Amino acid sequence: MIRSLPSSKRYRGGFTLFIVLYFIFLFAPLVVTMVLAFNDSMYPSLPWQGFTLDWFFGNGPEKYGIFHDQTNLRSLYTSFKVALAVMIVSTFLGTCAAFLFEQENFRFKNALYFLMIAPLVIPGVILGISILMFSNTIGLFIENHMNVYASFLGPGFPLVVLGQSSFISTIVALVVSARLKKFDHTLEEAAYNLGANKAEVLWFITLKYLRPSIIGGAAMAFLMSFENFNTTIFLVGSQATLPINMYMQVRDGSTPVINAISFLLILGTSIFAVINLSKGNKKIL
Amino acid sequence: MDKALSVQNITKRFGDFTAVNQVSFDVEDGKFFSILGPSGCGKTTLLRMIAGFYKPDSGTILFNGKNMDGVAPNKRPVNLVFQNLALFPMMNVHENIAFGLRRRGEKGPGVDKKVRELLERVGLPESGKKQISQLSGGQKQRIAIARCLIMEPTVLLLDEPLGALDAKLREHMKVELKNLQSQVGTTFVYITHDQSEAMVMSDMVAVMNNGHFEQIGTPQELYHKPKSSFVAQFVGNNNKLRVKLHADSSGNTIARYADQYDFKLAQKLETANENEEYDLFIRPEAVIINPGDGRENFHILPVDVTSILFDGGNSRLLVQPLGTEEELVVALPQTREYDYIRSKDRIQIGWDMNKTVCFKRSDWKLYDEE
Amino acid sequence: MMKNRRHIKWGFLFFFLPVVLWLFLLIVLPHLELLRLSFTKANTGKFTLDNYLAFFNEPIYWLTFVRTAGYSIIVTFIVMVISLPVSFYISKIVKERISGALMILILVPFWVSELIRVYGWMILLRESGILNHFFVSIGLFKEPVEMLYNDITMIMGLVYTSMLFMVVPVIGVMDDLDNSLIEAAYDLGASKTAIWRTIIIPHCASGLVNGGIIVFMLVLGSYLTPNLMGGKNSLWFTEQIYNQIILYFNWNQGAAFGFLLLALSSLIIWVLLKLTKQNLKEVVK
Repeated sequence: MIRSLPSSKRYRGGFTLFIVLYFIFLFAPLVVTMVLAFNDSMYPSLPWQGFTLDWFFGNGPEKYGIFHDQTNLRSLYTSFKVALAVMIVSTFLGTCAAFLFEQENFRFKNALYFLMIAPLVIPGVILGISILMFSNTIGLFIENHMNVYASFLGPGFPLVVLGQSSFISTIVALVVSARLKKFDHTLEEAAYNLGANKAEVLWFITLKYLRPSIIGGAAMAFLMSFENFNTTIFLVGSQATLPINMYMQVRDGSTPVINAISFLLILGTSIFAVINLSKGNKKIL
Repeated sequence: MDKALSVQNITKRFGDFTAVNQVSFDVEDGKFFSILGPSGCGKTTLLRMIAGFYKPDSGTILFNGKNMDGVAPNKRPVNLVFQNLALFPMMNVHENIAFGLRRRGEKGPGVDKKVRELLERVGLPESGKKQISQLSGGQKQRIAIARCLIMEPTVLLLDEPLGALDAKLREHMKVELKNLQSQVGTTFVYITHDQSEAMVMSDMVAVMNNGHFEQIGTPQELYHKPKSSFVAQFVGNNNKLRVKLHADSSGNTIARYADQYDFKLAQKLETANENEEYDLFIRPEAVIINPGDGRENFHILPVDVTSILFDGGNSRLLVQPLGTEEELVVALPQTREYDYIRSKDRIQIGWDMNKTVCFKRSDWKLYDEE
Repeated sequence: MMKNRRHIKWGFLFFFLPVVLWLFLLIVLPHLELLRLSFTKANTGKFTLDNYLAFFNEPIYWLTFVRTAGYSIIVTFIVMVISLPVSFYISKIVKERISGALMILILVPFWVSELIRVYGWMILLRESGILNHFFVSIGLFKEPVEMLYNDITMIMGLVYTSMLFMVVPVIGVMDDLDNSLIEAAYDLGASKTAIWRTIIIPHCASGLVNGGIIVFMLVLGSYLTPNLMGGKNSLWFTEQIYNQIILYFNWNQGAAFGFLLLALSSLIIWVLLKLTKQNLKEVVK
């Protein structure tokens, strides 16, 4: 039954088989995607036509590898910019929220806390459309009353960053709160006692202590932003982010260049994940 | 009397480490039998083999004369009270106790009746509806035992169930557990590292160390006639004098302490190697303060009083034998006879030769289990 | 004393203002706007119930809605059923050292973007996909069969993409399950099924509900998986929202749909929480 109890060979064997199948189920699509990035074929499918690196480095005329594919490179750059901005915004907001809800007491704290965790259970699609509609309404209002066209309120970079930050900040807040909960407040008191002021205590003691979780939260924010589709699709303007761009290609059919991008992303996120997990950061939301 | 449990030459290894080594013992029906040993001595492994959770590498286990080899834990006439009690938090008290009966397929009012009877027997007749979290430590204890007793096991195994309780409650539960056992008459095999628990409750105690039994006996035997250095140190408080042996002209064994005090021993021991180290044990309460002269077979030692530890009936003197850095503990009877003693006084202490035991020095190590 | 109090106020505002701005500008007001638009006639801005009436009068809308809800419940249930033995194996059966490695292995694929994982399934399952190639070459199939674009594949895809959010909380509670409870039950004569029914599942209930809420919410709001794996016949309600807003530019209708989806997800989460007597605070921990 469990480690410490005797159990039959058949039970153990059956269970192990189930787990092996589960892991095959888990990894088959990823492995296949990665392997086909090296297939010397115009389509991401079998038969195997031989090994090639063209889908990474090819520069035409037939095969354009990812490093020479302008559309994909541009979207990669956009995603990067967005992710960086989201990381900064949501790390700031999330850390503020963690302090606010863990260390301060005020009226309506519970109501506000509920609002903060709400984005976790609101479908991303709805966050996207509601922010789109709200900003559009404001834009119209400004246009009608002040005769200015506020272009930043239309779909585009600023809106994507705000839309993604609206729920990613919550995740950073939860990660940072988890560590802040374990913080020993006598350390702060000791620092005050030794003559530090509030800002110094915050900087030298509390934030130092929180650093691993803030870095972890920021990294997670970057990754979540980089991969987000559901919210972004409604807010994106002419500059598509990588997931949006890839979605079009996947839907309409594409060369194995998609596999090459996937290969790099899988490799990147796996390294990232293993580093993050081996540091004991089990929170993955 | 019948043997409820008989363990013969049982051995269990984990890799290179032998957790239980050739252990044999019998437990008579209706007795309270304790296995006493420091943590890591192999007692939990032994218990889990009796319960059937581990398969012994060799040896046999018999319940009422029936060999248990190959019998699954849930088919053995034995139940286990876990260290942390393992009461099911997702069920109330009644459901916990009825659990085993229901698994046997018993249904209907019979089950309720049995549970009620048992709750009465353990003195908690009204608590069937309670949740586990509503019980006190002592009540949980009784429910855990009741949950096993309802299965009417031949032997009830208890794995340090008092460990989690605070000191005061533990004192109380010792007495209660002993009474409960004699009341229900089930054979208890009790595992503990606390010698006081074992002594107070048991009919028989086995002292275990490094995977084997050092001695099996009644608590009195273990206390007064320890058969090994380990038992002498582990059971009760003892003073240990580091001595070397030689023989005198008439063949008596003489123990020399601190290179200057000679004590004649009642036992005859091997004295060929005069450099070999021995330990001489004297119980604090066997030591007499200022015994005076003219006693036969008596050891006398001049000491300085380092401190007086007043603790009512358990008061003690800490003393330092002259010419040594060591410290001995002496019982200080509160008969007002010794009120004159002050710290830093120089006094004499002494004890009857027959109240000492002497063993070759053995440094025993503790291993972690598994 | 006065000075000290002013200090605390400033610190408080520093945390409070960004959080309040975030929650009101990006969460509360956009959703109020969503609600307002859903009751407004396009162009005129007058109050109307038409958007909601359209939903009930047009079977394709409410059928899709019911379908989405129903499938989301089915997916959540399947994910629960698979997660239990997987978590049990990792937490209780396999040796501790291996269990850590398996845990990382389980987590890594889920850091990879949903789009890539779905794409992996597409190249495995489609008519020209790997599985077809394999089955035809070993003679199991006479000719390639389209395995994509049906409900069963879509459900499998949704199970796959949301699995982790069940496995992690369930492993969490499974780790908390004291082995001696299982041993005690076994010692008292319980069979394996009885142990699962009376000890393990009741103990894991909280983890199952937490995971269930997140999985349900994700599946309900998911767009990529039903869109790419379900094809034309597998209409998902998020696709209706997308169509209204992006294709038909009927924002008021889209707002009504969005609000209905939000209401449905809130309702089901509320029911789950009530049934298990938990609150949202505990769930998101």
